[in-house]
Amino acid sequence: MFDQLTQSFETFFRNLRGHGKLTEDNIKDSLREVRRILLESDVNFKVVKDFINNVQEKAAGQEVLRSITPGQQVIKIIHDELVRLLGEGFSRLDLSGMPPVPIMVVGLQGSGKTTLIAKLGLHLRRKGKFPLLAAADVYRPAAIDQLQQLGRQLDLPVWAPGVKDPVDICSGAMSEARRTTRDVVLLDTAGRLHIDEPMMQELERIRDTLKPPEILYIADGMAGQDAVRAASEFLERLDFTGIVLTKLDGDAKGGAALSIRAVTGKPIRFIGTGEKPDALEEFHPDRMASRILGMGDIVSLVEKAQESVDQETAEKFARKVARAEFDLDDFLEQLRQLKKMGPLDEILGMIPGLGKQMKGMQVDERDMKRTEAIICSMTPQERHKPGMINGSRRRRIAMGSGTRVQDVNQLLNQYEQIRNMMKRMGKMKGRTGGQFPFPMPKS
Amino acid sequence: MGLFSKLINGLGKTRQRLGDSIRRVLSLHPRIDDTLWSQLEEALISADAGVATTAALLAALKEKLKHQPVESDNVAEGVRLLLEETIEEMITPAIGNGLNLSATPAVLLIVGVNGSGKTTSIAKLTRHFQQQGRKVLLAAADTFRAAASEQLITWGDRLGVQVISQKPGADPAAVAFDAFQAAKARAYDLLIVDTAGRLHNKDNLMQELNKIGRVLKKIDSSAPHEVFLVLDANTGQNMIQQARVFQEISGVTGLVLAKLDGTARGGAVISVCRELSIPLRFIGLGEKPEDLAAFDPREFARGLFEAPEEKA
Ligand SMILES: Nc1nc2c(ncn2[C@@H]2O[C@H](COP(=O)(O)OP(=O)(O)OP(=O)(O)O)[C@@H](O)[C@H]2O)c(=O)[nH]1
Ligand SMILES: Nc1nc2c(ncn2[C@@H]2O[C@H](COP(=O)(O)OP(=O)(O)O)[C@@H](O)[C@H]2O)c(=O)[nH]1
Ligand SMILES: [Mg+2]
Ligand SMILES: [Mg+2]
Repeated sequence: MFDQLTQSFETFFRNLRGHGKLTEDNIKDSLREVRRILLESDVNFKVVKDFINNVQEKAAGQEVLRSITPGQQVIKIIHDELVRLLGEGFSRLDLSGMPPVPIMVVGLQGSGKTTLIAKLGLHLRRKGKFPLLAAADVYRPAAIDQLQQLGRQLDLPVWAPGVKDPVDICSGAMSEARRTTRDVVLLDTAGRLHIDEPMMQELERIRDTLKPPEILYIADGMAGQDAVRAASEFLERLDFTGIVLTKLDGDAKGGAALSIRAVTGKPIRFIGTGEKPDALEEFHPDRMASRILGMGDIVSLVEKAQESVDQETAEKFARKVARAEFDLDDFLEQLRQLKKMGPLDEILGMIPGLGKQMKGMQVDERDMKRTEAIICSMTPQERHKPGMINGSRRRRIAMGSGTRVQDVNQLLNQYEQIRNMMKRMGKMKGRTGGQFPFPMPKS
Repeated sequence: MGLFSKLINGLGKTRQRLGDSIRRVLSLHPRIDDTLWSQLEEALISADAGVATTAALLAALKEKLKHQPVESDNVAEGVRLLLEETIEEMITPAIGNGLNLSATPAVLLIVGVNGSGKTTSIAKLTRHFQQQGRKVLLAAADTFRAAASEQLITWGDRLGVQVISQKPGADPAAVAFDAFQAAKARAYDLLIVDTAGRLHNKDNLMQELNKIGRVLKKIDSSAPHEVFLVLDANTGQNMIQQARVFQEISGVTGLVLAKLDGTARGGAVISVCRELSIPLRFIGLGEKPEDLAAFDPREFARGLFEAPEEKA
């Protein structure tokens, strides 16, 4: 996610770092470029305006102009401003009330509410909770069926009493949860337009009846400028407590995310990164700011690795990264490990500096199979010292793996690229300060 | 008066909170100056027209103003009308000819990203073609999303049309193939195929779509006769990339812009029309089968500058 935004920023920063001295004029020019990047990434017009004004004000300070690395100063200002927009620190769901605790899920049509309910149900159960799902979308054809099927897949109970009034369904779900000692009730409401008065009133009735401590507003990650208006209207009516962004597995630049957060002031709690119930991630704004600015997100990467790989393997990986001791066997092993962690390009996007290089190195499942076949057709020596793989060896490997010589070449190039990158990263770590304009975020 | 303008002008009392309509803001502006230009820019960007297309539109407008000065007593109004005309010109080439659905049975394949409004649009299109006296059959080739076929079957029941479906997880191409054979055997006029929502950057899912097309061609090499990409008016600049990739993989022949009954203006579609010249056929204006209208470039251009009011 945010790949394109990252890329735009990477180019922009490279240019900015090139500047020996900054003048107010070239800061202005740079900011015009930042403005364009943000608008093309669907950040809301008004949010962009404020953002640029703020950066401009801070950048105009004497300190920046006189500092030895004015370009980096501006980058730092932009980073801080971005962090401010995205909010600081990770904020957990508030489940502290007397159980059963109702959580209401609201949003526009097709934004991903029902899917999120399933994801959240799974997530909470993994955290030791006992969720009940409540099917309160009585409008969309087969919406109740949808939730029931998801519940069945995940082995989570679904409250669908067959009555017409969503308020009754929700309060019924609470009684049911008490009766069956479920401690969280996830309320799936119908999608609606923020300008649909009767439908908005329905949500207010549900809220007034159940008084949920958490109301999550689900927003489509591909949304454009109007995302802010819809979100503001839901906020005004319901005072929702958190935001979930969905469909971030796409290639949308995700600027609406920033805008909604900035305008409503509510934290983004989760992001949806796929259609399956386990494609849910907690949202860490500070890390995301760095990710957007192309500095990678080692913290998320390490955590992901801890979730799906055992500690030792993760550490071995980190050591290899640092020392760039990395042969084709490791390459294959890493690809396999990474695959277990989740969508590959996303994982790779978390490695600092990798964002850009990974472009055009898309790793999908078919590539994976091909890569495996190619590496398996090499001799152990070849895998250990890929430098020895000459033309005739390449032809033999291609033949053996049922691929083309180009494929073998491509793989070797990719490997070489990654190794070089790792070398560079290893060096960076060694030097104090390194090439990073400021320290990597910690959480 | 079209359904679109009805929606824009009608519906209930004004709610100030939703913001002043751009039209009103502009009309307060007496001169052509930088402020007016930046307001026009803001209006276009806020409608999701995008930076590049906005620049192109404003450049074209400036050019026009050189030859076509506006009346001095209502400058802003004049400029706005001229801008609407410019937008109209940019999207009109994408109107295209009539639909290529004369084959019997003809196949209309519906594609798009997750949640854009495909299945609901199928209900609307079904009604539309029924009203033209056509016998419609539906294929539930979304075998992935939970209860997707139940959703289509419910629409089928309400509209009185048959739906061909299989078990969840079945091969979508097989569903489409069976449905096409059934349509042929039972002398239907039109088969509409619903597909699962998919993000255009997922290669494997896009290949699955491609396969549906290939399999249909086994029965009739000219099928699918039309491929409609359903776009969500709420979508920002990603809409252009969606259209590009779906066009490339599944040969999109027409666009449907759904959810225009909200406050999002769907301006990204201008860039889609401009860049890909795929005809925009229909717009979606609600969740009921009758909430469909033929696309009208003039009304669309006008609608960009005015958001609908509260639904009462
Ligand atoms: N307001 C409004 N809602 C719409 C419109 N078209 C569809 N919807 C709603 O948007 C939601 C998603 O619509 P679907 O037709 O299920 O979308 P889809 O593209 O088939 O979704 P998936 O198959 O899940 O990818 C539903 O709640 C629809 O009622 C429209 O024109 N206006
Ligand atoms: N790719 C992707 N699709 C999603 C995500 N969340 C939901 N969807 C899909 O978006 C469509 C609409 O989701 P649904 O939960 O039915 O939306 P609702 O109408 O708001 O309840 C479905 O096709 C989902 O599979 C996500 O994070 N990524
Ligand atoms: Mg739903
Ligand atoms: Mg559907």
